[in-house]
Amino acid sequence: MKLITISGPPSSGKTSVILRLIESLKESGMEKIGVVKFDCLTSFDQESYRQAGIPVEIGFSGKVCPDHFFISNINDAVKWGVKSGFDMLITESAGLCNRCSPHIGEIPAVCVIDNLSGINTPRKIGPMLKFADYVVITKGDIVSQAEREVFKFNVRQVNTKARIMFVNGITGQGAFMLAKHLQKSIDITSLDDMKLRFTTPASVCSYCTGETRIGEEFQSGMMKKMEFHPVKER
Amino acid sequence: MHDFYEIAETVSIEEILQKYPIAADFFENMNLGELDQKKPLADALEMADQDWIAELGTDVDDVLEQFADFMVALSSPEDDVFRIGSITIVGGTYKDGSPEDVELTVRTGEVLSIVGPTGSGKSRLLGDIECIAQGDTPTKRKIMIDGVFPDDEMRFELEGQLVAQLSQNMNFVMDLSVREFLLMHSKSRFCEDPEDIVARCFECANELAGEKFTMDVKVTQLSGGQSRALMIADTAFMSSSPIVLIDEIENAGIDRKQAIKILTKNDKIVFMSTHDPLLALSADKRIVIRNGGISKIIETTEEERLSQAVIEKLDETLMNIRNMLRHGELITPDNLQNTGGIDEITL
Repeated sequence: MKLITISGPPSSGKTSVILRLIESLKESGMEKIGVVKFDCLTSFDQESYRQAGIPVEIGFSGKVCPDHFFISNINDAVKWGVKSGFDMLITESAGLCNRCSPHIGEIPAVCVIDNLSGINTPRKIGPMLKFADYVVITKGDIVSQAEREVFKFNVRQVNTKARIMFVNGITGQGAFMLAKHLQKSIDITSLDDMKLRFTTPASVCSYCTGETRIGEEFQSGMMKKMEFHPVKER
Repeated sequence: MHDFYEIAETVSIEEILQKYPIAADFFENMNLGELDQKKPLADALEMADQDWIAELGTDVDDVLEQFADFMVALSSPEDDVFRIGSITIVGGTYKDGSPEDVELTVRTGEVLSIVGPTGSGKSRLLGDIECIAQGDTPTKRKIMIDGVFPDDEMRFELEGQLVAQLSQNMNFVMDLSVREFLLMHSKSRFCEDPEDIVARCFECANELAGEKFTMDVKVTQLSGGQSRALMIADTAFMSSSPIVLIDEIENAGIDRKQAIKILTKNDKIVFMSTHDPLLALSADKRIVIRNGGISKIIETTEEERLSQAVIEKLDETLMNIRNMLRHGELITPDNLQNTGGIDEITL
């Protein structure tokens, strides 16, 4: 089975891209494809997958760090995919908290961002963009050619090696090429011994374990304090 | 090719920034603004607080490697000298599976219009060109570049660079003035003389637009016609893509004929999907799409060009009426007579 990790900020068009990608993959003969959606508290995407007849599992991290939640469940997701006889399993995660990326070793990593999200957004997104093999830009049909080119340039700044492609999540234009790339990816049965491309946060502090009160006396474990400087007189 | 590892070790950050202004973006992206600018990057990193560097999720060697990658990728355009002479569309099948018996070669400087009922497959054709289809899209069409079928590697290489697109639905979303916008684009295109190309783009856009605009206006405040004019001028002068796909720009309020002329003058192949007779007849050929396939290719004849003159007259009349409306005049039969070209129409 092939595994693909797809990440991207909320509302960037991940689900639409995945749906169009699956259509393209099916047109070229790949039959059984499943999706695992990782989210924090709520999600509406499972309905879109079900309507399209795509087997989907959804996991909510709830009170657990979403990145840690992803990593500790991804191997079980792979097992579920293998057991279900999938040719390909796609994981979708809402970029976790931007501090991290769900991208793993040799597993093809896709980051979805949209042209409307601001011209400097690619430079601010962080590891999920920086460590992606494929950067998919959506909503290109409603901005100018120049803005598409500048946006692409800004993606190139943070990720000098990725394939950058434009996919229209509504018509599916561009999904075909993405499918063609992803069909070449490696087959796996488990992620044992593979590594994340970027570390997850190391903090274990009182707030990780459910503390809600504010103040020194409630802070314990690994904490990081900001420095605040006096404002200079003009 | 410069050895950017060596540069990182021997040239001060200050000098690097002077010689390669784009490097400033690297330091911004990496949040490395606090480094000692007087020292070469490698030394500055060694001397910096190592905990701080670790906090940024990186280390000295990694930063140096990323710097070199960044400079190689961004100090020259990735699509350097990207020119093609022709593309050829080789037919696939209609929606019903019957063969589409077509082989059509289009050379740079040529303009083709694509006509056909809504839903007939015009967008599919534009899509096939964009992904350089090799019998692997639903239409089963194949596309040749300069007379050869590209292999997968070449296809991936050309991906996203072959085609520039313009459509009615496109808007500017950047919060920038016209000048800032053009400069930003020229920076991403590695233009040698940005000021010059910006000036030429601006001038050309103003020629195309019905109403003039200045360099200082925000691109988001331009009218529909001004936006379209700026997009066309920008595509003609700055986009490296050799093929331009235009999707219905008829009602854009710009000099459409002039726009097409500017694009072809800059060595582009232009495909435009259109319902506008004036645009369709100004093309060298028009492709007629039915049931998902190319049913006809019509070369624009001298006879048709004669009709074009009549249509232009009609178009002009309509334009005059629009102007009358704008200026608060009454659109009475008498006033219509005065707009010219209307006398043959019974009121």
